[in-house]
Amino acid sequence: MTTNKSTSLFESKQVKEALVQSFVKLNPKMMIKNPVMFTVEIGTAIMLAVCVSILMGATDQGSFIYNLIVFLILLATLLFANFAEAIAEARGKAQADSLRKTREETPARQILPNGDIKNISSSELKKGDIFVCEAGDLIATDGEIIEGLATIDESAITGESAPVIREAGGDKSSVTGGTKVLSDKIKVIVTSEPGESFLDKMIALVEGASRQKTPNEIALTILLAAFTLIFVIVCVTLKPFADYAKAPITIAAFIALFVCLIPTTIGGLLSAIGIAGMDRALRANVITKSGKAVETAGDIDVLLLDKTGTITIGNRKATNFYPAKGVSQEDFIKSAVLSSLADDTPEGKSIVELAGAETANKLSIEGATLIKFTAETRTSGVILKDGTNIRKGAQDAAKNISLQAGNAFPEDTAQKVIDISSKGGTPLVVIKNNQVQGVIELQDIIKTGMKERFDRLRKMGVKTVMVTGDNPLTAKFIAEAAGVDDFIAEAKPEDKMNYIKNEQNLGKLVAMMGDGTNDAPALAQANVGVAMNSGTQAAKEAGNMVDLDNDPTKLIEIIEIGKQLLMTRGTLTTFSIANDVAKYFAIVPALFITAIPALEGLNIMRLHSPESAILSAVIFNAIIIPILIPLALRGVDYKPIGASAILKRNLLIYGLGGLIVPFIGIKLIDLIVTFFI
Amino acid sequence: MLCVSLLLQITSHNKNNLKIMNTELLGIISIFIVSIVLAIPIGKYIAKVYLGDKTLFDPIFNPIEKFIFKISGINSTEEMNWKQHLKALLSINMIWFFLCFFILLFQGSLFLNPDNNPSMSPDLAFNTAISFVVNCNLQHYSGESGVSYLSQMFLMFLQFVSAGVGMASAAIIFNAMKERTTDKLGNFYNYFIKSCTRILLPLSIIVATILAFSGTPMDFDSKDAITTLQGDHVEVSRGPAAAFIAIKHLGTNGGGFFGANSAHPLENPTYFTNAVELWSQLIIPFAMIFALGFYLKKKKFSYVIFGVMTVGFLLLVIPTVISEVNGNPAIEKMGISQATGAMEGKEVRFGPAISGFWSIATTVISTGSVNSMHDSSMPVSGAMELLAMMVNAFYGGCGVGILNFYIFIILAVFISGLMVGRTPEFLGKKIEAREVKIAAFIAILHPLLILSGTALASYFAANDTAMGYWFSGNATGWLNNPGHHGFSEMLYEYTSSAANNGSGFEGLGDNNPFWNITTGIVLLLSRFIPIVGPLAIAGLLANKKYIPESAGTLKTDTSIFGIMVFAVIAIIAALSFFPALALGPLAEYFTLK
Repeated sequence: MTTNKSTSLFESKQVKEALVQSFVKLNPKMMIKNPVMFTVEIGTAIMLAVCVSILMGATDQGSFIYNLIVFLILLATLLFANFAEAIAEARGKAQADSLRKTREETPARQILPNGDIKNISSSELKKGDIFVCEAGDLIATDGEIIEGLATIDESAITGESAPVIREAGGDKSSVTGGTKVLSDKIKVIVTSEPGESFLDKMIALVEGASRQKTPNEIALTILLAAFTLIFVIVCVTLKPFADYAKAPITIAAFIALFVCLIPTTIGGLLSAIGIAGMDRALRANVITKSGKAVETAGDIDVLLLDKTGTITIGNRKATNFYPAKGVSQEDFIKSAVLSSLADDTPEGKSIVELAGAETANKLSIEGATLIKFTAETRTSGVILKDGTNIRKGAQDAAKNISLQAGNAFPEDTAQKVIDISSKGGTPLVVIKNNQVQGVIELQDIIKTGMKERFDRLRKMGVKTVMVTGDNPLTAKFIAEAAGVDDFIAEAKPEDKMNYIKNEQNLGKLVAMMGDGTNDAPALAQANVGVAMNSGTQAAKEAGNMVDLDNDPTKLIEIIEIGKQLLMTRGTLTTFSIANDVAKYFAIVPALFITAIPALEGLNIMRLHSPESAILSAVIFNAIIIPILIPLALRGVDYKPIGASAILKRNLLIYGLGGLIVPFIGIKLIDLIVTFFI
Repeated sequence: MLCVSLLLQITSHNKNNLKIMNTELLGIISIFIVSIVLAIPIGKYIAKVYLGDKTLFDPIFNPIEKFIFKISGINSTEEMNWKQHLKALLSINMIWFFLCFFILLFQGSLFLNPDNNPSMSPDLAFNTAISFVVNCNLQHYSGESGVSYLSQMFLMFLQFVSAGVGMASAAIIFNAMKERTTDKLGNFYNYFIKSCTRILLPLSIIVATILAFSGTPMDFDSKDAITTLQGDHVEVSRGPAAAFIAIKHLGTNGGGFFGANSAHPLENPTYFTNAVELWSQLIIPFAMIFALGFYLKKKKFSYVIFGVMTVGFLLLVIPTVISEVNGNPAIEKMGISQATGAMEGKEVRFGPAISGFWSIATTVISTGSVNSMHDSSMPVSGAMELLAMMVNAFYGGCGVGILNFYIFIILAVFISGLMVGRTPEFLGKKIEAREVKIAAFIAILHPLLILSGTALASYFAANDTAMGYWFSGNATGWLNNPGHHGFSEMLYEYTSSAANNGSGFEGLGDNNPFWNITTGIVLLLSRFIPIVGPLAIAGLLANKKYIPESAGTLKTDTSIFGIMVFAVIAIIAALSFFPALALGPLAEYFTLK
């Protein structure tokens, strides 16, 4: 899917499709969903009627050409708005299509209840059916492995080329339609009805078919409808005012004034903004169940993150060698490396790594006997050819061995063990021939850049909470080192749940990420629950988003997408309304100048004539929509600089800008229009 | 800074009367500053009254209130939700309306009528009763000949209680803004009675005493007869005026005891009483804003509100004072000196500067009392007076000013919440579709009432319709001036009604069924719906979960948020009324120029 992340906003195929849709969407039944643009459509229809009546002989409405131009500009305004929505949908659809393509008409081998295998098409699979996949097969649809283990290439969905292992039982049992089995054989039970899988829902969502307006969008639509209503009142009452002032106004001028004043800019772009928000989420490889989830993400106050794999890299790493008194540093390292050369656990590897390749290459364990780690001995190591017995292990196990052999446990090592523990590390004691040689310090390694990410979140107003199975001491140390605000130590699934509920009772919105079945209740409880794609079906069902990349820090991106979505709406609303000031100064003098010449004083832009003023205002009103489409699709930049600073910045750019830009734009258009009149 | 630029503007135009103007400006500035300074302690006191905290005056008021509650059978500690508040508020208002209507309808044959003034016509009684109940006092009659002393007394009672209702409504909003989740918002009667007894009454006694000692009558005698130096026989109206005038200003009612309102020599005898009357209309609206800060312990929030309102006020006052002091360019062109400013329709004892200042104070704050003829104001001043009422949210009326402003805060919070990428919240409560719906409705109502009323009148005037029962003769007959000024007169009348202001551009024949009934309906709708709306929003918000502030929350006590509110107010008012203003005062201004 990485290849689908087109850098260009407009691709010719999408544009073509969107152009067709722009006309289809003129259907009043579809238009009425958008009250602002619907009123424009009514105005356009009236202008058409005026044009026809002039052709039939009406004389009091000005020239046919002038009225025709006004009609055409209004029609263009409508088409531009439709185009904005259509292009957003087309982009989402293209994204969704590439996902869907892989899954259509995939052959599947269904296992019938009697054990027979039947070849069918994936679209025929129903929930509860079982099918089998072998190396080289595409997995037909979303499901859960009930038998076997397989390596799977999920790059079609995640873009990640490294294959992953999926197996029956546990938290890694779910498979996604469209991914490819590389080895082994698995039996999969279908978990969703055809057309109702997670992906299908998402596709419907970005295509706009099942997109429901979010609460915030509804509130904004109400506000915009109110603004429209105010201008209906203004325009209707203007008629008797003008009659009293003996200043007749043409229908074209009335409609031009009305269309310019109502917030067409935001009205035309509103649904495009919403679709683009979900599209951006999809581009970030996150599938959302509803538009609301993306919006809620922007409001998150608390973020729960698992320690392992999210904040720290998956495994502990050796960070220090501390030889016991009387043992040289060199000898100690030698022993440590010898005990680990054959150890392919991440900890073992990290010890060799820490010692450095030079040291490791000099040593050899040829002919040595390996001693594997067992729960009983809680040590591992080697017996070299010369009979040297080197072990490493937990300090109490090592202590036992040395004490039983009659050797004392060195005091300085004992002290180091305590120091390491209190710093959140794990001590690993090395013994050679039952004598303590020293201690290796293992530490959780915090991923690079986490501190900056948490700082960014803090500035956004999001509190981060680390969830870990570690003891409170270790947890506290790591939490401080990573820069998270709070932690849950020795966490059991119900602890997460309780934490979320407590925060919610305080009125906070909580987001969390999870993958296991035991995360499902907490994912469902959280306001934004992001399930990893590698997680169980239960987890995916419980959350309201699925992250295809299995990247636990993805939530930060999701929060920003949510904020961008709201901000784009807010700033464009402000811009749209602020534009009205200039439009008033263009149109109002134009309406009355013939009857009340003194009102030329209001014509501060010195527009050429009443006709050119009205045309300029309407043209500006129309072309600002396509000009702003890229902004609507990309979203306004979000920077975590605090709410007041953002307000100041956006008010300056979109408020003040919205006040000034149309003055310049209308004047320029007037200069051009004057050429043709 | 603003004052200096104002001074420069005026002096550059008129060097010869620099000294006089300086004194006049100093007068305005000092009244304004004294009002602000005194508003802070009074605001603190008001906050204490509504919080139920101890005050110095408890020993005096506690027994009085206890007695009132006892005889009315009210349990003043019983908490009400917002719907119960509204029920109580609307029902007492309805009772007052009917009582007043019948008194006015039969005043001619009732007691306390030494001048034998006649009973009112039903349409005038309807208009007058409503306009006093809603704290507007439009007054399509003249006090000397139109009402009996009994009526004056009852109208004075209404001036108290209508102000008290406004203040009680504000108190409910204060309560609802507290940081907690509840539907219990205090007791309406408790807020209402305390507003009257502990705030309005003591201040009124002080102001009335000052007025009485400055020459305003306070008696129940009939007209006095005097013979002037020229030998003319003149009848001079008297009555319980001082008490009436005190509450008319303190309660931001504005209804004059005499027809000429505060331009009348007995209603406003001296420059000093003029200052006192100005102070008394400014003080409670000012103090209520500070009271909000003390009540919620969010002083900075109240300073931001006060700041926004003050900027708005100054933007209206400064052009007005400049244009009044500079005089009429049309008259100057005729070779007549305008050194003393535009004096048409003004009292010599006040002068143009303070008259201009008063005209904006009285329209910004929905008082509507006048000390000069607004009909004679310069076009710019006329536009500013109209704009002040069209905005209707800078300071505003007794209590209700904050209610109007509250609507704009909600809208500003909503838009700016979106602009910072967070679901909008105000004082820890989420603003959602329902609140936006109500706020948007209230915001539309004001232009709807003003513009549709004016459109109706303009329609008849444009066609010169024969009005039948509604008006004797053709519609243009109600205009004293043709053209733009006539339009301004009609626009002003509906604007004044919708803002519950009550001042008149005058020059309009308004005592007839058409104007009495249409403005009466506007008055009714524009009083109660804008009380119901904010109360409903506040009640809904109070019941929502309280969300503590975080780093991502947009703070509402910052200057940038203040700018946002100001922009929302300016844009809604400017955008809805621009064409109307262009055809009225702006057309006149450019014609005069």
